[in-house]
Amino acid sequence: MGEIKKIIIAGNPNVGKSVIFNALTGSYATVSNYPGTTVEVFRGKTKAGGEDFEVVDTPGMYSFVPVTEEERVSRNIILAEKPVLVIHVIDTKNIERMLPFTIQLIEARLPVILVLNIMDEADRLGLKLNIKLLEEQLGIPVVSSIGTMGKGITAIREKITGYAALEASTLKIVYDPAIEKFINDSGLDRLRALLVLQDDTEIINTLKKEKKTVFKELEPKIEKLREKYAQPLSYLIALARQQSATGIVEEAKEKKEKPAGNFTEKLSRLTMNTFSGYILLAAVLYFGLYLFVGKFGAGFLVDLMEKKVFGEWLIPPAAKFIENIFPWKAVQDIFINDYGIVTLGMRYAFAIILPIVGTFFFVFAIIEDTGYLPRLAMLIDRAFKKIGLSGRAVIPLVLGLGCGTMATMVTRTLSTKRERLIATLLLALAIPCSAQLGVIMAILSGLPVILFIWLAVINAVFITAGILSAKILPGEAPSFFMEVPPLRLPKLSNLFMKTYTRMEWYLKEVMPVFLAVSLLMWFADYSGLLKLAIRLSFYPLSVLGLPLSTATVFIMGFFRRDYGAAGLYDMSRIGLLTHNQMLVSVVVMTLFLPCIAQLIMMIKERKLGTAMALTGVVTVIAFGTGFILNLALNIFKIVL
Amino acid sequence: MIMHKSEEILEGLYINIFEKKKKSVTPSYLGITGDNAEVKELLKKGLVVLQGENLKLTKDGEVEARDVVRRHRLAERLLTDVFDMKGAGVHRSACEFEHILHRGIDEQICRLLGHPTTCPHGTNIPEGKCCKEKGIKDTRVISPLSLLRPGEKGKISYIQAGDQAKLQTIMAMGVLPGMEVGLLSNFPSYLFKLGNSQFAVDETIARQVFVRITK
Repeated sequence: MGEIKKIIIAGNPNVGKSVIFNALTGSYATVSNYPGTTVEVFRGKTKAGGEDFEVVDTPGMYSFVPVTEEERVSRNIILAEKPVLVIHVIDTKNIERMLPFTIQLIEARLPVILVLNIMDEADRLGLKLNIKLLEEQLGIPVVSSIGTMGKGITAIREKITGYAALEASTLKIVYDPAIEKFINDSGLDRLRALLVLQDDTEIINTLKKEKKTVFKELEPKIEKLREKYAQPLSYLIALARQQSATGIVEEAKEKKEKPAGNFTEKLSRLTMNTFSGYILLAAVLYFGLYLFVGKFGAGFLVDLMEKKVFGEWLIPPAAKFIENIFPWKAVQDIFINDYGIVTLGMRYAFAIILPIVGTFFFVFAIIEDTGYLPRLAMLIDRAFKKIGLSGRAVIPLVLGLGCGTMATMVTRTLSTKRERLIATLLLALAIPCSAQLGVIMAILSGLPVILFIWLAVINAVFITAGILSAKILPGEAPSFFMEVPPLRLPKLSNLFMKTYTRMEWYLKEVMPVFLAVSLLMWFADYSGLLKLAIRLSFYPLSVLGLPLSTATVFIMGFFRRDYGAAGLYDMSRIGLLTHNQMLVSVVVMTLFLPCIAQLIMMIKERKLGTAMALTGVVTVIAFGTGFILNLALNIFKIVL
Repeated sequence: MIMHKSEEILEGLYINIFEKKKKSVTPSYLGITGDNAEVKELLKKGLVVLQGENLKLTKDGEVEARDVVRRHRLAERLLTDVFDMKGAGVHRSACEFEHILHRGIDEQICRLLGHPTTCPHGTNIPEGKCCKEKGIKDTRVISPLSLLRPGEKGKISYIQAGDQAKLQTIMAMGVLPGMEVGLLSNFPSYLFKLGNSQFAVDETIARQVFVRITK
């Protein structure tokens, strides 16, 4: 028994790699309609011809020379994991543009099969390709598929079965004579020689380390080659590949596509026009966020879960049951009462947070699957440049309104370190996650003035923090480029599947924390630590003008902001807070430290030092803003 | 009117002093002798001065020299982009061309080419007066994507080599010479069609992609 054989799915962003991965493995990797949905590597298992394979779904990449973080990850997996097969998935209607990547895979001497996916859209455009001819020209198997409808999967599986019989492609791109001479004389394999010429820093660095003398000899040769041509070498290499790809496609085209000027195209343009685009954005926010998540999720569903399900059906019998088997109050308190697992942990997680997060994820899934996000990115790019971000950053930031932890991971798709850092900071500081947002909306419902001030303060902090970090942080301003996919009608099954997977992910993420916090609070309560902590927070809280009773809420908020927000919700409902106090505490809670999970993700993505520095900045800004707000309210004697 | 040879001396001085930042440029460095007829002409016109061994450009000389450089590089662009010439011939022909492109004509050519900012080798083309008021009276053959009007189409002629990483990215997306593009809108970002996909880019990138307009 050797190691399990690996199959890698690769290709440009947004061509349906994950759909094919899901179909092959029966698992679920998130599928959306925007480039960069997959930022992590997914692994699953499949069977073909009685043999087991590991299937690896990689984040999309445009070429073998990586620009962003996740492209680097994909490239290294392909080079390092020695797959028995690479499935290159493309969007058929853009075959001319995507074939150069197939050529690069062939140049890397990898066993490749080409999957012409999204065949339905190509059909609609009238594009017809001679697959036999493509196979001959490329020297690799070619399969057509419509992943979302499950078409072509059997054919892919057949090709997997025959992987061992796959012969190496004889296709060879001949570059300019001087470049060819360099490749032949370099002593490197063709792929690495080409990557070196394309200024691939990673390959050059390993070469410098491992084959110092070889590189020393190559360096002047590369320099000479560079001087010989007017254009950069990477440009010439890309051009040669493109020409060969265009030639192959031209020959294989049986029917040329006609330009589409239909209804979807008109609608698509409306989403990207400044005026209609912003109206649409307002509509999305109002109907999606305010009505569906706010009113339906945070209002109706939370009420139902809290009062009916927990308040009437679950907690009373559970309380009775616990009281019957454990006669000791201290033990009873582990499960019920103030800090009990059922009454606090489970109730917060299932009754308050889950309905809100669930409805948000559903709305977000619709937004993702229609292809609205890249359009929003292009609409907002100009404004975002002012806060040091490109339009692309809109994707992690909007996702952050759902879950900051997930969003922090997605900042990988941004192309510069500086941009990733600013996005991480804003996510930690001024982007409340859906759980928080929902609870805050519930607290402030019926108080439109406070809601408005809260919104204004958070926005002001967001903009100021963005502008300041754009000024302070060194580095180049980001550039913006993004493929805008066609508008597509979401598939209901995918919407539910995605919402379900994310809710499951969320619960797995929060349940242990919620339960642990319940236990911790119970322990702190009995050991007297809680009283001490409360006494210690007396001073900072009084500066903010908050009553001592909010101390526990902030202590809980330290573990998860939404947990703290849920605590505030409890307090505000029984009228423990004045309106002024409510505003200040909600603002501080929104800006306050992200939850532990997000902090861990920040450490993972940005390294410990940076994460800690960001945490410090966030804490100072959160309490500073609360302090100033309270001061302003007092000085101007405003009673809300 | 100064002679061709003299213009080349001015050109050589400009490149060495302002672009290569050489401290001193002697006549022999440029491959001529100090008592050469052209040098004498330039000295007489007050375009250059001799300081010891070194030739220096005067204020007037600098203006004149910058203009020669600009004409040479515009000529290179014209020859590669419009006449589709390649290789070493470009430089030689450009040397002859630059003398024909006198003031007024160089502005026309600059407009025609969409006010390019670099020559095919990637060095800067000094800016002309027309570049500041660009877009107004242009009859364009080649234009950067950023100056295309929505609805216009063309073939990508060249991509200005700026930042390697950025170049790498847009090339990887398939934005390459010879590909057909059509600009769909230019606000708030530049939206263009390439093959059967649409791409959005910001102004910085749109300014680097030059298109030969077809429709």
